[in-house]
Amino acid sequence: MPERKTNALPVAPAAAPAHVLRLRNLESGYGNLKVLRHVSLHISRGEIVCIIGANGAGKTTLLRTIVGLVRAQSGEILFEGRNITAARTEAIARSGCSLVPEGRQVFAPLTVRENLLLGATAQERREDRVPSEDQLARVFALFPRLEEREEQLAGTLSGGEQQMLALGRALMARPSLILLDEPSMGLAPLVAKEIFSTIRRLRDEGNTVLLVEQNARAALKVASRGYVLENGRIMLEETAESLLANRDVVRAYLGRDLDAEQAMDTGR
Amino acid sequence: MIHEPERECMAKDTLAALQLEALQAVLARAYLHVPFYRKRFDEVRVDPDEVRSLDDLRRLPFTTREDLQANYPYGLFAVPLREVVRIHASTCMSVVVGYTRNDIKTWSELMARILVAGGVSKDDVVQIALGYNLSTGGFGVHYGAERIGASVIPTSTGNTRRQLKIMRDFKTTALVATPGYAAHLSRTLHDQGTPRGALSLRVALLGGEPLSDLVRREIQDRLGVIATDNYGLSEVMGPGVAGECVERSGLHINEDHFLVEVVDPKSLVPVPAGEPGELVITTLSKEAFPVIRFRTRDITRLFPGTCACGRTTVRMARVERRSDDILIVRGVKVDPRRVRELFVEIEGHASAHRILVERSGGMDSLTLLVGVEDSSDLDEVKTQQERLDRLRRGLSSELGLTVSVRLVEPASLVT
Repeated sequence: MPERKTNALPVAPAAAPAHVLRLRNLESGYGNLKVLRHVSLHISRGEIVCIIGANGAGKTTLLRTIVGLVRAQSGEILFEGRNITAARTEAIARSGCSLVPEGRQVFAPLTVRENLLLGATAQERREDRVPSEDQLARVFALFPRLEEREEQLAGTLSGGEQQMLALGRALMARPSLILLDEPSMGLAPLVAKEIFSTIRRLRDEGNTVLLVEQNARAALKVASRGYVLENGRIMLEETAESLLANRDVVRAYLGRDLDAEQAMDTGR
Repeated sequence: MIHEPERECMAKDTLAALQLEALQAVLARAYLHVPFYRKRFDEVRVDPDEVRSLDDLRRLPFTTREDLQANYPYGLFAVPLREVVRIHASTCMSVVVGYTRNDIKTWSELMARILVAGGVSKDDVVQIALGYNLSTGGFGVHYGAERIGASVIPTSTGNTRRQLKIMRDFKTTALVATPGYAAHLSRTLHDQGTPRGALSLRVALLGGEPLSDLVRREIQDRLGVIATDNYGLSEVMGPGVAGECVERSGLHINEDHFLVEVVDPKSLVPVPAGEPGELVITTLSKEAFPVIRFRTRDITRLFPGTCACGRTTVRMARVERRSDDILIVRGVKVDPRRVRELFVEIEGHASAHRILVERSGGMDSLTLLVGVEDSSDLDEVKTQQERLDRLRRGLSSELGLTVSVRLVEPASLVT
């Protein structure tokens, strides 16, 4: 969408380190239960990286550990070159790492506008902060539907709209990394499709996204690379294209692609 | 030109981060899917989960060619056979290697890097005079050349006159061959009196056997090319592991896909940086046939410092010798033990013999000298002739290269 370029959300300065996020031997879990085992991964600027894995593989724990909601037991998390392993969640959010949690979790009794403005509080103390209204205009440019519903209570929005609101709220903080946990969960296929095309637009505008998705096929289609997480371990790191072509991955995580099968049948 | 600058010119710490990620993933896959590796790791009580740094790799056991042979044919595959789209084997067929669709893609990219480093571009006409068969050479280079978009002529090996006619008539600009065969081609051209100007050749990429300075100079002078050396082995991938750029000051290792160590072949302890030792390779991306700390038996050393070409990948010295008794003749590995086995298979027992490799004139030749007791029965000449033929045919077809057999007095076997 080149005509939207002027509304591009800000990207970090070019002098920043090559990897927006780098995990090294990250271990975490709950009490005695170890969920992540020495996870090492990286995300370069402007990339969409996708984590695929079965239920319980540790995908959500991974995101929650990055933002400090779950404490890392060992290993390190480097965000923009800074070690944030022991940092508090608020500090991590303020430094430009925004999590869009599973199940949206918008503030139902507040309006769309209020929800979005709450998202902007994370950037208020930054030296390069922009007026919330300007940021609001950018988010509305990305999600015209939110502008239409500006004064509506968030609880009355449809599932897809709530997901857009959750995304928009994260963008209000002008993050340099967006963590998306199951953005298409519980959404009708058409709505999910819209969410994925929004993610693609986020990338086109220079954002960096770490995406966790059950719908691995759709996620890999917007991602540049992916990691396969199995029992808390990274088993495979490949380009998204290669993962889509990997028959083991297809069988385990992608299910059958009826469209492709049909195309092949008619092709014959 | 650099094929994948974002991968070939990475900062060292970025590369190390990628290597660690990939190493942890490949160890997890090998442990989960290959019983051999699981057993080996368990034996030394190393949980792959404990590998937290690249240095931790040293706690894992080595893998030898004998280990690969003991798991013939599919024992070390890390994916089910239905995921395997290609099977290659070492020359004597004792090691079988597989490739998934992704492995073939990776192979193409890595070989493309080496071709580009050697000066090949999409405007080139590439004549590939390497075997298109069970061995990995021809196919690997072919994929890389196609990946670049060059015009590929798959001439395969042999038929020197036809090779030269194609080289002239098809206006070949890049030749890919073993050093021995390239030298042979250059000499034949010279003997024919063909002037250098009759050819369109610019570059030659040489691999599959050791390249000496002398042979390189001869090929460069006679063919009027920049000749670069490249290195690979079928157990690890085939060609595509490392290759010289046109600076010709060491072979750039594709470090984002192969983690290398150089160890003392006796003590197996890492040698000090820059010192010669045996090259040990761990594959970081291979899906079908990962190898962990594979002892190549090739002696080399790693060069410190950066290359003028801009690539940041570490360079290794040309391999000129091995830490075992395997002979490399025209790109074919010949294990003297295998020759003895074949001898037994053909004749029921192995007579005293010696293997003679002659490198006269660049084109290696292998001759088997067989000792015979002073034969008083001259009427047995015909029988002896038949015996020679049988040995020659048997050895040639099994080893995959032409072998001459000569009968000599046993005394002359001892030097």
